[in-house]
Amino acid sequence: MARKIPEVNASSTADIAFLLLIFFLMTSTMNVDTGLTRMLPPMPDPKQKQEDIEVKRRNIFTVLINKSDRLLVRGEPMEVSMLKEKTKEFIVNPNNDPNLSEFEEKDIPLIGKYRVSKGVVSLQNDRGTSYDMYMKVQNELVAAYNDLRNELSTSMFGRPFNKLDKKEQEAISKAIPLKISEAEPKNVGGK
Amino acid sequence: MAKFERKDKKELQAISTASLPDIVFMLLFFFMVSTSMRDTSLMVSNKLPEATEVNKLEKKSLVSYIYIGPPLKQFQTLFGTEPRIQLNDSFKGLDDIRDFIASEREALKEEEKPLLTTSLKIDKDTRMGVVTDVKQELRKASALKIVYAARKAAK
Repeated sequence: MARKIPEVNASSTADIAFLLLIFFLMTSTMNVDTGLTRMLPPMPDPKQKQEDIEVKRRNIFTVLINKSDRLLVRGEPMEVSMLKEKTKEFIVNPNNDPNLSEFEEKDIPLIGKYRVSKGVVSLQNDRGTSYDMYMKVQNELVAAYNDLRNELSTSMFGRPFNKLDKKEQEAISKAIPLKISEAEPKNVGGK
Repeated sequence: MAKFERKDKKELQAISTASLPDIVFMLLFFFMVSTSMRDTSLMVSNKLPEATEVNKLEKKSLVSYIYIGPPLKQFQTLFGTEPRIQLNDSFKGLDDIRDFIASEREALKEEEKPLLTTSLKIDKDTRMGVVTDVKQELRKASALKIVYAARKAAK
């Protein structure tokens, strides 16, 4: 006698799945980590004698942020919105202005001879500067470099920087090195 | 001649829920794949600043996090409202950063040790004083690769 096997009641699978779903929704986060990557300079060896690396004044682009979040760029007050253009002008120096950065001819694979800027951006802040402002300035400086890299890579390879392959990106990074120095902490204008 | 038969319409047929588990499982898998587990519970308020030039952090296993910000409401009676440093699951001082970095580095494989990245998740209302101190500590611990965490802003 063939007996009919009763079907397993599956109506509770939905409830079980819902429970699991809610558990995962609660315990996990979706946010992708994004940020500005930076290398800190290594700590100077105390035994070694401090040797100041001589950098010509024209090659330094000083950006000071004071405790009330105001900018002083090369001795002149400036708005954040202007910073990107000024930085770009400083690095590229299209008219060979004696006040802006110097150049050094370098042979770079894939690009050939390129005049690499010797300019260094030096970012100094006060202890009272707000982090928000600091990040805005950092962002503008990186934006200036990224813009220049994109310009070069579109003229060289016909694609923006982030679409290039590893070798090409390396070449561009050599032609336009990201030189932002976060200076030793200083107390500018007291607390 | 065709004959149309009228079905019995007195009783409404129940909607089949047999596919409901499948739908929910699909959702479940989507969330399991696209999210990551929370590893620390935040004890500081952490509104990240916005930036346009951010890039993604690639290897999450290489990243250790330092949170800085004013303590959340429930901790304010104990820890005040000034921005503080949170490492793992507790408030820590500046001196603990070196130990923290050392233990994070210990957890990595030998060949990955130099690749350790420190992500600074700093509340945007924090003053730079604390941040500078933390950066100095990181330099002393020679954890030089850092990331200023920021949200991607629309261009």
